[in-house]
Amino acid sequence: MKTRNLSKLTKSNFITYGIVIAAYIIVEIFLRAGMVSSLLEGLLVPLCMYVILAVSLNLTVGISGELSLGHAGFMCVGAFSSAIFSKCMETVLPVAGIRFFLAILIGTAFAALFGVLIGIPVLRLKGDYLAIVTLAFGEIIKNVVNVVFLGRDSRGFHISTKDSISLGLEKGGEVIIKGPQGITGTPKDSTFLIGVILILITLFVVINLINSRTGRAIMAIRDNRIAAESVGISVTKYKLLAFSVSAALAGTAGVLYAHNLSTLTALPKNFGYNMSITILVFVVLGGIGNIRGSVIAAVVLTLLPELLRSLNDYRMLIYAIILIVTMIFTSSPGGREIQERIKLFFKKKKTKEA
Amino acid sequence: MIGFISYLVNGISLGSVYAIIALGYTMVYGIAKMLNFAHGDVIMIGAFVVFSTVSGAGLPPVVGVLISVVACTLLGMAIERIAYKPLRKASKLAVLITAIGVSYFLQNVALLIYGANTKSFTSVVSIEPITLADGAMVISGETIVTVIACIIIMIGLMTFMKYSKAGRAMLAVSEDSGAAQLMGVNVNSTIAMTFAIGSALAAIAGVLLCSSYPSLTPYTGSMPGIKAFVAAVFGGIGSIPGAFIGGILLGVIEILGKAYISSQLADAIVFAVLIIVLLVKPTGLLGKQIQEKV
Amino acid sequence: MKKALSLLLVGAMTLSLAACGNSSDSAATEENTAAESAGTESEADGEAAFKIGGIGPITGGAAIYGTAVQGGIQIAVDEINEAGGINGYQIAYQFQDDEHDAEKAINAYNTLKDWGMQALVGTTTSAPCIAVVEETHNDNMFQITPSGTAVECVQYDNAFRMCFSDPTQGTESAKYIGENGMAENEKVAVIYDSSDVYSTGIYEAFAAEAENQPFEIVSVEAFTADSKTDFSVQVQKSKDSGADLLFMPFYYTEAALVLAECNKQGYEPVFFGCDGMDGILGVENFDVALAEGLTFLAPFVAKSEDEMVQNFVSKYEAAYGETPNQFAADAYDSVYVVKAALEAAGATPDMSVSDLCDAMVEAMSSVTYDGVTGKSITWSADGEPNKAPLVVQVVNGEYTEL
Repeated sequence: MKTRNLSKLTKSNFITYGIVIAAYIIVEIFLRAGMVSSLLEGLLVPLCMYVILAVSLNLTVGISGELSLGHAGFMCVGAFSSAIFSKCMETVLPVAGIRFFLAILIGTAFAALFGVLIGIPVLRLKGDYLAIVTLAFGEIIKNVVNVVFLGRDSRGFHISTKDSISLGLEKGGEVIIKGPQGITGTPKDSTFLIGVILILITLFVVINLINSRTGRAIMAIRDNRIAAESVGISVTKYKLLAFSVSAALAGTAGVLYAHNLSTLTALPKNFGYNMSITILVFVVLGGIGNIRGSVIAAVVLTLLPELLRSLNDYRMLIYAIILIVTMIFTSSPGGREIQERIKLFFKKKKTKEA
Repeated sequence: MIGFISYLVNGISLGSVYAIIALGYTMVYGIAKMLNFAHGDVIMIGAFVVFSTVSGAGLPPVVGVLISVVACTLLGMAIERIAYKPLRKASKLAVLITAIGVSYFLQNVALLIYGANTKSFTSVVSIEPITLADGAMVISGETIVTVIACIIIMIGLMTFMKYSKAGRAMLAVSEDSGAAQLMGVNVNSTIAMTFAIGSALAAIAGVLLCSSYPSLTPYTGSMPGIKAFVAAVFGGIGSIPGAFIGGILLGVIEILGKAYISSQLADAIVFAVLIIVLLVKPTGLLGKQIQEKV
Repeated sequence: MKKALSLLLVGAMTLSLAACGNSSDSAATEENTAAESAGTESEADGEAAFKIGGIGPITGGAAIYGTAVQGGIQIAVDEINEAGGINGYQIAYQFQDDEHDAEKAINAYNTLKDWGMQALVGTTTSAPCIAVVEETHNDNMFQITPSGTAVECVQYDNAFRMCFSDPTQGTESAKYIGENGMAENEKVAVIYDSSDVYSTGIYEAFAAEAENQPFEIVSVEAFTADSKTDFSVQVQKSKDSGADLLFMPFYYTEAALVLAECNKQGYEPVFFGCDGMDGILGVENFDVALAEGLTFLAPFVAKSEDEMVQNFVSKYEAAYGETPNQFAADAYDSVYVVKAALEAAGATPDMSVSDLCDAMVEAMSSVTYDGVTGKSITWSADGEPNKAPLVVQVVNGEYTEL
């Protein structure tokens, strides 16, 4: 019984990897054949980024059961730390591959560090209080990044929160972070291939974590904290682990983001709570705790507003309606019933064919 | 010293607006147990209704406000009936996402109807400002009305909850909706009524917000909405006096933070204080400690 | 069951992806053939047209600016098409939403590229513009931004600007205030949006130039995108500093609030704004008395006697029911600049994007343009326009040119 279960699990996981690899190969074939529109080509890296974000947030929300509304904050940390690195090293390390590899490590590490630092106080709270505090941290990160001016000249780094004049740079010095304008001119190192590799690594990390002893401990805490505690599971340790791994992976996505655009600004739109909520929508629509669902939902929901472009002014309105209808369809008793009927219908067909 | 008092008055004025919005948040949360992210956008709709009726159609302000309150009440009940009621038994997250969908929906409807251009809102308050200390300090009529309205609403709500039958039904549903139902409380209509009251408050909040800060766009409600949500959590979400205290404190901290620490980091300061408070008191200032049972 | 479902989904996705690719591809080839046939056949072929794209936020908090640009381009395109087009070819025009977000701006740009855009009038706001200029540079596509003010917006040879850059405006404002002794007691207070590129850019240049001017900046207060409801603190601090002039480098949406707050507190300094103030009198229901005496440097005054301006304003009002602001005006001019460049280059729609760009960039150095945002405007090689700012003051509730 146990082995059968396990094999079923592995099979399911392989399907998830398979979907990603298959999608990559198909897109790559179309790309080679020149049959992909510029829009889709431009969306490939963002798609990878959103998939990573959704999978990583699912680790916190679905597996660990903590509602986090500050995921974009970790993405912001990853994006800015790696972009600073890349910007400083552009002349020293001209090989894009090595530089980007290091940038990914740095972005991930910084986000993980913030994950631990924020996780320690935050994880003491529960439910909506935890949600609001993660939101608060996300907003603080965004707000602080927005007022930082960082410059570099022959004497080293200078930092200010006032303006770029007060940095007192020598001639030839450059301003790296320019307050609200953020970082301009980050090398465009993100590619679809790297994005897909990072998705696979993310999936590997998350899936293995879930199916390990640690993962089972995390889920035990989610389902019943007191019972888990009573059998000797260290609640703080496991919660923190899940939270910081999730943060680190969000940082990785941030690195992809920063190196895909030549401008990096901390606007409410991209690193504010709006972004955190967008990612949360992916996770919930994909199914809480369902990793493959997160991957698919992230792809579909990122493509949706773009495919609706021809509707112009009505685009975001339609998106909102689709969101509400989908939620009611998937989560309400009435909607579930319809779903069951559809499933039953297919099942009947299948048995007939057999 | 005059400066400090002046900041304090402005803070209380801003805080009162937050408090009225937070009262709506807290009512809905306490009874329906859901975070109604669309609350801020109901505020915006309320303000637009007053804008259309008073500045557009030329009706007297009082009539405009009444129409707005009725419109928002109906809107709130419609939202509850269409979007939230089917999800009564669903996970909290599903409801949260639906609320976000409703929020986008309202914003974009307003965008289509009124366009993106800023509208200037004519204050519905016609009380003369009070000038103190040779003009060094001015208390505007809006401030006076907002603060008084906020206190009246809070006391009214508390009395309603405590002494009216409907209010006690609400308390019962918030404690245990299953048990309340067994005791003959109509849970569905109680929740619908909560949304009606919450949305009526949102209309009033919208009018007062835009009277004090006279600019109106389809996105006017979203940031005050989030701030009020923070205020509600700050005071202990679900608690009516908590939302009041949380709102006032948030407004005062925001203004004093801007005045004495840094105007750039005002938001960071507000959120930092929130975090510190929640770490010391994990359920907010007046929140109930829920004993966990095994 | 799950497997079947997921396979189904994969299938559906692949199909949709392929469909995406295919549809646009076939569309593109259609365009190509159409363009080719037009090239070989006669000019009278109605199918061939210059494809001009526009990008800007038409949803989200910055939607005012995008919709203005969208409308301004539309008016110009209609006019040109009515008058016979460019070099005998009509203009096809499409506008895409970027929600004031760099990532979405790239998507908007790619959508337009799939459509077959040959020149870009955009993007409207600075941060998205910096991201998009990187792409147009790679594709070598001609770009003119009506209102992207950050220096980096036009950092490449293919990109030009219709409006003033942030540093120019900050410096010019400081010079004007200093030279005309606008601050009676030589004390100036500044309020700016520290989360906005445009506002910070102007403020920095202003502060730098202030060193050389007789006045002194006595108070600097900021606000951010997330806290722009309440301005009581900023106004009170400016008041307490005793400044006679309040410099406000931000848009009219916030300015309306600041002016109302000053009125509330009984603070009456000289108000000096920036070109983002244009439009403040058009805010529906705004009490224009609050803005009395507000002075700012602007490229465009809707009340101007100028014939071109009057023509544009009346058409815009007829089409959209509101007075155009400088965003609309800059966008309108941008289209005519594209026309001028295309005509100077003697271009035809069958030329490739890159060839068009090279020809237009070369032609830009010789273009001198008279428009609604300035007369005899020329462009330097770095893409900046040379035009004189107008000094505008609100007198008796009307914009008046000083």
